[in-house]
Amino acid sequence: MKYVGQSIERVDGIKKVTGDLKYVDDMKLPRMLYAGVKRSPHAHAKILKIDTSLAEKYPGVKAVVTGKDFPKKAGLYLTDKTFFAVDKTRFTGEAVAAVAADTEDIAKEAAELIEVEYEVLPSIHDAREAIKDGAPLIHPDLGDYRIVPIFKPVPGTNISEHFKLRKGNVEEAFKKAHRIFEKEFYVPHIQHTPIENHVAIAQYDRDKNLTVWASCQSPYAVRAALSDAFDVPLHKLRVISPAVGGGFGAKAGTTLEGIIIPLAMKVGNRPIKLTYSREDEFVSSYVRQALHSKFKTAVDKNGKLLAVENEFIWDGGAFTEYGVNIAKSAGFAAVGPYDVENIHCDSYAVYTNNPVGGPYRGFGMAEIHFGIEQNMDHIAREMGMDPIELRRMNAQKPGGTTATGAKVDAACGLEETLEAVVKEIDYHTPSEQPSDPNKVRAKGIACGMKAPSMPNNAGSSAVVRINEDGSAFLSVSAQDLGQGSDTALTQIAAEGLQIPVEKITIKTGDTDHTPYEWQTVASRITYSAGNAIIKACDDVKTQLVNLASQKLEVPKEELILDDEHVVWEKDFTKKVPIRELSLGLQLEDGSGVHGPIIGRGSFVPEGVVNFDPETGLSEKPVVFWTYGAYGVEIEVDKQTGNIKVLKATTCFDVGKAINPELVKAQCEGAVVQGLGSAIFEEIIMKDGKFQNPNFTDYKIPTSGDMPEMTIHIAENPQYDGPYGARGMAEPAMIPAAPSIVNAFYNATGIAMNKLPLTPERVVNALKEHNK
Amino acid sequence: MKIKFTLNQEIIEHEVSPNKTLVKMLREDFDLTGAKEGCGGGECGACTILFNGKPVTSCLLLGVQADGQEITTIEGLSQGNELDELQKTFISTGALQCGYCTPGMILTAKGLLTENPDPSREEIKTALSGNLCRCTGYKRIIEAVEQAAKNYR
Repeated sequence: MKYVGQSIERVDGIKKVTGDLKYVDDMKLPRMLYAGVKRSPHAHAKILKIDTSLAEKYPGVKAVVTGKDFPKKAGLYLTDKTFFAVDKTRFTGEAVAAVAADTEDIAKEAAELIEVEYEVLPSIHDAREAIKDGAPLIHPDLGDYRIVPIFKPVPGTNISEHFKLRKGNVEEAFKKAHRIFEKEFYVPHIQHTPIENHVAIAQYDRDKNLTVWASCQSPYAVRAALSDAFDVPLHKLRVISPAVGGGFGAKAGTTLEGIIIPLAMKVGNRPIKLTYSREDEFVSSYVRQALHSKFKTAVDKNGKLLAVENEFIWDGGAFTEYGVNIAKSAGFAAVGPYDVENIHCDSYAVYTNNPVGGPYRGFGMAEIHFGIEQNMDHIAREMGMDPIELRRMNAQKPGGTTATGAKVDAACGLEETLEAVVKEIDYHTPSEQPSDPNKVRAKGIACGMKAPSMPNNAGSSAVVRINEDGSAFLSVSAQDLGQGSDTALTQIAAEGLQIPVEKITIKTGDTDHTPYEWQTVASRITYSAGNAIIKACDDVKTQLVNLASQKLEVPKEELILDDEHVVWEKDFTKKVPIRELSLGLQLEDGSGVHGPIIGRGSFVPEGVVNFDPETGLSEKPVVFWTYGAYGVEIEVDKQTGNIKVLKATTCFDVGKAINPELVKAQCEGAVVQGLGSAIFEEIIMKDGKFQNPNFTDYKIPTSGDMPEMTIHIAENPQYDGPYGARGMAEPAMIPAAPSIVNAFYNATGIAMNKLPLTPERVVNALKEHNK
Repeated sequence: MKIKFTLNQEIIEHEVSPNKTLVKMLREDFDLTGAKEGCGGGECGACTILFNGKPVTSCLLLGVQADGQEITTIEGLSQGNELDELQKTFISTGALQCGYCTPGMILTAKGLLTENPDPSREEIKTALSGNLCRCTGYKRIIEAVEQAAKNYR
């Protein structure tokens, strides 16, 4: 192939290295106002009274709103959220009221003048407490909320989703077991921390058109949620996402847009901007949900996993409109990349008075694999087996079954990826030890898998327009958050049209002008938007070939696209430039045929079906699974407790790398982000109040923490992927933390069942171990 | 307050309120939005600019401190449409993803290479350690700086 599979440079490079690209916070619109937000200091409190009179009189203030003004609930899967607290607050930092003013400073000052009287209610900050009978209810009206019917909330409790997986006969299997292993794990709340904080601008004109500029991953999903929440019809609501300075899931849904829209509706066609500070970002946007997981595993005498019984309790925080899907996804992947005949899994999304949980890169999967992959090493040790051999024996393989009973696809390359990292890290050769006796080195490995977790009918569309000079516009609403979709999708279009990449301009992120895309999440864009683009290119080709057939007087079946021409495959000298057909065909007598060339493509995955509501089983619950593995070598300083990741290697089965260097770049970023979650990152809360909302106290990896990285790619083609491609950017993060924790065990003999492995925790564990 | 300073090689006289930070002055008063405010506390480096040739986080300085000084932002790094070597190598090595940290990262690297034209890998890592990137894992950024150092020489 000419364009697909080539590591071309990013198409958005120049505007990013020059500062020319305008992100939403860089926009200054005429007569723009700024918003300031009053937030709740209490994790759970009844709102008795809000006095906005001082704020309203403050010079420069143009509007004030409270939750009473817009009490309608919104949400992607479960409509449990309001953009302002209405009757009570459910987490510390929840918006209670907001003002719009001439400047940012005035807006902030005025917001502080709003007086709120609260009656503090008992709050819950541990999901294991919240799930118990008699726990104070955070959403007493849960039973009345609208919900996508595949989810199962338990009204009268704090459980907003209970996903059950029941496969085989677990009881029988446990009876037959040679050994049974039980383990518990905890993964804390962490945050995405894109370098660009959340930001949005809203403007509502007198003809009732609402325009929202937002740094968002999913303009269409945002449009749908806002339309529902504010009763604005879709043809009057335009969402524009000009650029996204990092997302990782944080910008998948709606956050601060709902705060400024009510203000915009009061100020008469003036744009209002709200930019979160880093502290706002930490406290009031999404966090990754904490997870308490339990695993009970039955193993036969050879190490074959006979049965797994597990429980996942997700700390969903104050609202779980997105979190219910995280619980479900974890449930249907309950045993990770292994083939287990008997499974009993309960996965619960649970309300607490903690910050709102949302989707974070590979949601659900990184968290459950922390337990799954440590468990595999633990079982191997106890059975006296090589952990690689144990994984190989139990790996999902073509012809095997997944947790939901679906047949494993012929393209499953898990074993191949495992072999690649074992070889690269030279797993079976012990680490060379440093001369410093306080330092010890060891290696660790972990596997992982992930599927896009999305509605069965999540669709994509694309429009291709051929310009008069033979160049093209590609319009999609897939968003480039940095992952490189603008580049990869342009390459797919180039291949389909046989027009070079530099002659195609991609247009994205404007619901008035770019066609429907469900969401840029779940590592589904290359697959889904890519397929839509291929269809749009095919449509263009059909039109071009029909015209060329008339012009060249050869059968259209024998015409192909090549090098910006329509060419007769039997004689390459017989051809017509695409450029000449861009406005249709002009016949010898001067008359025209067909008109301008526009191609359209729509795609929805075929054959993805619902789960059985009682057992959670399904023959095809997801479009594909992406498998992969990590190998790392670490050094532990036993005196300071510092862990340094020296080497990391990854291999993921991406089906087909549309742009191999972009694939590698995703893996490198995932290694370092995963490393952060393993050894640095944890939101520290005291009664639900965020204690470390800044980069000094919430440390993310810097250039100094980067390990030496070697990235491998496996390519077992996805049968319905564009040129065989499947998603990989999220899967690439999943085995990071468990591989590091497994290496830590191999270095110290200590199993850590909690993340992160901070110096303090490491030193304490070593002290305890040496007692 | 009235200040006079050099901004991207141009001498500027400007009236700035005494409590306005330098990053806000550049962004709001001059529309030089390449410097991003990612944290407001000097922790992320996204607002890095060159202050008399040295990289500084412009969120920690006041606009008035620019008085009499020479400031270069990412917009002033290229000569017209001709990109600086670092800008070219950031593209060719794929050292950027979302792009939000990129201007600050490039200017920190520019400051390093001005001072030390042949830095070791460790020196590059240390110099860049105040610029956070959540996307790339830093590998290609370091390679871009190494490559640019070679190309400058």
